[in-house]
Amino acid sequence: MASADVDVGTELSLGLPGGGAEAAKAAKRGFEDTIDLKLKLPTAGMEEAAAGKPEPVAEKAKRPAEAAAADAEKPPAPKAQAVGWPPVRSYRRNVMTVQSVKSKKEEEPEKQQPTANVGSNCSAFVKVSMDGAPYLRKVDLKMYNSYKDLSIALKKMFSTFTTAGNNMNEGKLVDPVTGADVVTTYEDKDGDWMLVGDVPWEMFVESCKRLRIMKSSEAIGLAPRGKDKCKNKS
Amino acid sequence: MSTPHSSSTSSAPHRASPPQIPESLTLAATASSGSPSSSSASGMRDAAEDDSDSPPSQMSEDDPGGGGGGGDRWEPDLRGGNGGTGRWAPPDQVLENVLESVLEFLTAARDRNAASLVCRSWYRAEAQTRRELFIGNCYAVSPRRAVERFGGLRSVVLKGKPRFADFSLVPYGWGAYVSPWVAALGPAYPRLERICLKRMTISDDDLDLVAKSFPLFRELSLVCCDGFSTAGLATIAGRCRHLRVLDLIEDYVEDEEDELVDWISRFPESNTSLESLVFDCVSVPFNFEALEALVARSPALRRLRVNHHVSVEQLRRLMARAPQLTHFGTGAFRSEAAPGGGLSVTELATSFAASRSLVCLSGFRDVNPEYLPAIYPVCAKLTSLNFSFASLTAEELKPVIRNCINLRTFWVLDTVGDEGLRAVADTCSDLRELRVFPLDASEDSEGSVSDVGLQAISEGCPKLESILYFCQRMTNAAVIAMSKNCPDLVVFRLCIMGRHRPDRITGDPMDDGFGAIVMNCKKLTRLSVSGLLTDKAFAYIGKYGKLIKTLSVAFAGNSDMSLQYIFEGCTKLQKLEVRDSPFSDKGLLSGMNYFYNMRFLWMNSCRLTMRGCKDVAQQMQNLVVEVIKDHSDDEGEAEIVDKLYLYRSLAGPRNDAPPFVTLL
Repeated sequence: MASADVDVGTELSLGLPGGGAEAAKAAKRGFEDTIDLKLKLPTAGMEEAAAGKPEPVAEKAKRPAEAAAADAEKPPAPKAQAVGWPPVRSYRRNVMTVQSVKSKKEEEPEKQQPTANVGSNCSAFVKVSMDGAPYLRKVDLKMYNSYKDLSIALKKMFSTFTTAGNNMNEGKLVDPVTGADVVTTYEDKDGDWMLVGDVPWEMFVESCKRLRIMKSSEAIGLAPRGKDKCKNKS
Repeated sequence: MSTPHSSSTSSAPHRASPPQIPESLTLAATASSGSPSSSSASGMRDAAEDDSDSPPSQMSEDDPGGGGGGGDRWEPDLRGGNGGTGRWAPPDQVLENVLESVLEFLTAARDRNAASLVCRSWYRAEAQTRRELFIGNCYAVSPRRAVERFGGLRSVVLKGKPRFADFSLVPYGWGAYVSPWVAALGPAYPRLERICLKRMTISDDDLDLVAKSFPLFRELSLVCCDGFSTAGLATIAGRCRHLRVLDLIEDYVEDEEDELVDWISRFPESNTSLESLVFDCVSVPFNFEALEALVARSPALRRLRVNHHVSVEQLRRLMARAPQLTHFGTGAFRSEAAPGGGLSVTELATSFAASRSLVCLSGFRDVNPEYLPAIYPVCAKLTSLNFSFASLTAEELKPVIRNCINLRTFWVLDTVGDEGLRAVADTCSDLRELRVFPLDASEDSEGSVSDVGLQAISEGCPKLESILYFCQRMTNAAVIAMSKNCPDLVVFRLCIMGRHRPDRITGDPMDDGFGAIVMNCKKLTRLSVSGLLTDKAFAYIGKYGKLIKTLSVAFAGNSDMSLQYIFEGCTKLQKLEVRDSPFSDKGLLSGMNYFYNMRFLWMNSCRLTMRGCKDVAQQMQNLVVEVIKDHSDDEGEAEIVDKLYLYRSLAGPRNDAPPFVTLL
């Protein structure tokens, strides 16, 4: 499992679209420690397309990347998709996304997308909880092709909990109360909680039942009792 | 889609027809110069001023605010008591009772707000008789204050997050929690019947509290809300025995797959009072048999919108149980059976033919176009059709739309192309509202409709009042044509998806097109602009857009003058949303004198700094100024303001702001 591809894939860093140099730099940092969601933030004004709910960020991230590479010489800087533009409500985007995924499956039953051959379901929704967040979210793992894409989506989903002004944790997900680093873990088919990133992506998608973002300190030993359903309190 | 009878989430409150004024309740014409039997303010004002001289009105015995019992004789001398009962009521009290009785008939919030300003007595009377409270920004006033002022509310409408939250621009956890409101409303208004929320967070606990607090609860409408799950729905269904309306519209419903609750089964087992059940956004599977049984025992049901887990076979069963439906959301509109098997189109058409009252169709979430002909029997009567989740081609649309001669509202995907829109224009001469959504909502998509479609619509639909149009190619000429052909436009929202796109033929900015809209459409109150726009466009908007209440700006303008034009010119401006435009603190400050007349200002990704925002906050103490971050700001970025949200408020800075919101 220690192939080079997997190692790069397990480095959950959010590089700029088309930023090959960035990706390489991120890869260098990755070997040092257990997998954190290193959410390197894009520079101001170059945010990736996002909806409030998961969408094929993989596809969207790829297109501007390719376009950017092609336009590398042309000023100004490559244009990343703006958040929430065009102004179509996330509800609508979600419905259309689910529809298009479904129709793709129907049109091309033979063609295998990277994650499409996992199981016969066309989606793999798992709950994502973050300690301290008022309620859960859900992601469809089939929407993504790699840990990197997943990390981008999770970052968007829980973007409120990234730190402000803490240089040490430049862009990492941190717990809003304590400021501690967080890690992403998942519960597999056997009910064991594992660190995200240990296994090849396809195997992860097949075995992941739910995700939990927790404080690094709690991750040692990894014996959660399952998430608390944090209701909205205020 | 909004429907006429409970448009509770529109910004203008729903105008119910006023109840009949009982004959016994008339104002004596002699002393007061006001018109008799009228609830007009002028008549009452005279009476208020000369209360000791003017005769009281003849009070009916049934009058709720009545100061006396039998109303046969009236005493000219107020101090001598009234109604012959010998009870002495101070003049003010009698007058207020009269006021209250009359003010009962004022329903529009604008009228009530005006009445409440007349004098203290009127203020009190109005406060006791207001039945519906509309709060356009839940942070503009505290729940406690609302509860203290109004004594007899039956209905509350609350709006929370700014609209740009729909486009993921407001980070998760920003606020707009309904909990403090429910906690305050519960003890204060045990007779509360209706709650409508838009863009707020409501938890299952909140729903539980609603169900417990309001035994007469009748109507729950949640639009673009989140925080609740099927468990909360079960509580509402089970405990609110008088429920008439449960409308869940574009909400994000937590679906805990292993904790799904069969909420449909929780409705009362006897006949229910349900009139409207809308749950197409509750995307989890549900107990269909329970729904069928529920529909069968809900004789008053008129609106039903199911989610996509309903096949045409199931649809048929529902329609058989509820032939009286007027509004129907059709779920997936495809068969579950293998190709070849399953319901025939003819059989489905028979069901539609039997639904003689259908005026509004929606759903079609996964439509099999072969089934579309099944709706032909109802097309001629349809006033509203929503195909906006159905990827139909022009060829698939045409045979349907050519029957829809009475259509007033039409939502569609751009997959039908200009040709499909031409077919709409050819048939739907009575069209009032059109929305054309993009199948591919990205900046560099192909875009299937263009200025050609817009021009066709303008020519075929002269009564158009509201349009939302997503495209990639547009011309000034088409927009100008629409401004001339459709003078009744109230809402004009054009979204050219690629940024800064000019007129596709001339290469000019789109200034003239939008200029024509504000010039020619004299009723315009809502405008969204797009495409390549210079300050000139905003000069037009400021000069002519005198009725504009809501303005949305994106990637537009070239200097702060644009903002200045808007603030100085648009005197009725209530809501201004701006994104990704080159406006700096100077532009912001040009609005200083106008902010308090507005509900809110939103600006993101412009060129604002903390300095400018702090200036505003310091000079305008009655505004709340929020600076919202969604990523870490370090290394000198701290001065840049990415997101600004400012709004007038009686409540001062809120106490529930998350760490990424700075209240200046």
